[in-house]
Amino acid sequence: MTGIVERLAAALVTGFARAVTGVRGDWRDAPPGPGPHIYFANHASHGDFVLVWTVLPRVLRRTTRPVAGADYWDTGAIRRFFGRRVFRAVLIDRRPEMRTGDPLEPLAAAIDSGQSLILFPEGTRNLTEAKLLPFKSGLYHLARLRPDAVPVPVWIENLNRVMPKGELVPIPLLCTVTFGAPLPVAAGETKDAYLARARTALLALAPRPEAVS
Amino acid sequence: MTAGSEAPILFAGIAVVLLVATLAGWLLRRRFGRTPTIENLETRVRAWWVMVGLIAGAFLLGHGGVIVLFALASFAALREFVTLTPTRRGDHWALAIAFFVVLPLQYWLVGIEWYGLYAIFIPVYVFLLLPIVAALRGDTTRFMARVAELQWGLMICVFCVSHVPALLTLPIPGFEGRHLLLVAFLVVVVQASDVLQYVWGKLLGRRKIAPALSPSKTVEGFAGGVASATALGAALWWITPFAPWQAALMALVVTLMGFFGGLVMSAIKRDRGVKDWGRMIEGHGGMLDRLDSVIFAAPVFFHLTRYWWSI
Repeated sequence: MTGIVERLAAALVTGFARAVTGVRGDWRDAPPGPGPHIYFANHASHGDFVLVWTVLPRVLRRTTRPVAGADYWDTGAIRRFFGRRVFRAVLIDRRPEMRTGDPLEPLAAAIDSGQSLILFPEGTRNLTEAKLLPFKSGLYHLARLRPDAVPVPVWIENLNRVMPKGELVPIPLLCTVTFGAPLPVAAGETKDAYLARARTALLALAPRPEAVS
Repeated sequence: MTAGSEAPILFAGIAVVLLVATLAGWLLRRRFGRTPTIENLETRVRAWWVMVGLIAGAFLLGHGGVIVLFALASFAALREFVTLTPTRRGDHWALAIAFFVVLPLQYWLVGIEWYGLYAIFIPVYVFLLLPIVAALRGDTTRFMARVAELQWGLMICVFCVSHVPALLTLPIPGFEGRHLLLVAFLVVVVQASDVLQYVWGKLLGRRKIAPALSPSKTVEGFAGGVASATALGAALWWITPFAPWQAALMALVVTLMGFFGGLVMSAIKRDRGVKDWGRMIEGHGGMLDRLDSVIFAAPVFFHLTRYWWSI
């Protein structure tokens, strides 16, 4: 149970996201049902998971947590408040030398308690011209570790234009968050085969490139 | 009479029309079931109730309410326009200034009734300033196209839209205290023309009028819509400073501008590969889909009125 301050902060953040980006969720498949999901999305902005979170039905939002880099969200009191208390992010240290134990363990624990995760399989923000960076293997390992948590591809469109790296003022542009069909790991599927399939499924949700290039 | 007595009559009339449309949708659904066309008709009518309600609320608040309403419409329109414009990171400052400085300032100038500045602020000062700001970022890729597109977006979404509330600033002898009715006349005639073109087109439409731009517009819809909206304009002369024949001519001009404005905005949508500008207004598409005809009609209506009726 989160406190009133955290709820108010969450409402402010999602309200602000809606006011600036007019964000809409687009479910290509049926809207996600109950039970844990692993929403895996493209990553170009720190606000990415806020948009996914904003368009999720409120019932699901309460049990959905972003997976984020501890090196970013654990620096400074404000970020720590939002990261840990408001978004209840599952923080992982992206620096292997600082890790103690299996980095997937807290993710698996969250799924075990019935929570869903928002994951960015590119591992870091994509600041290149490419639409999508290569995937890290965490998505595959997690999906194999917890087969009852269904991976769902989520394409976030336009947020990188709203708030490019290094800019302070967001530009109000319409954003969409498109949810694809669930994509479980097939029996005996190799890591490379699954990650390639997941990447293709995610790219397939992007609008046609000529719309906004 | 003052706006105090005429506006309620006008809004009651609009409410009756919407009630008839709501009833017609309900009867059609009972007769033919839930076809996509009937469903779309009902969604559109529901959205009209909301839009008319918002405008009525703004009218109750007076001039300030109408100015804020159109400023918000400009914001939504510009957001749709820029979303479909291929901007680059180098445009960031120019875009921020467009949204957060130019747009509020233009409506503030309308609010303080400074005609000499709001009429040239965007076409002159912003026209020169924003390319300077963009140039300072040092990104030369497609520079000419980028600054031209942003300026065009501001002209369409902010400058032209602001000419609707700018009607409130015109000093017209003998029309004091009734300016909101001039806004109502423009909006009602132009929007009725859109609706009537749609209705005539659905009833009698055979020959496409501009197949390359808009597959749904027909010669029959155009002729029927413009003729009946002109007649409506003439019938509404009592809320304007115009004589009946003058009101008819004004209505003819704004419906023609509205029609061609719709074609221009369709050409942009076609080029960008989209059917609608957005999804803000259910059944209608985005703000620009609803406003395109008003945008092209407003400045012309404003200047004709100013030239012949204002002091």
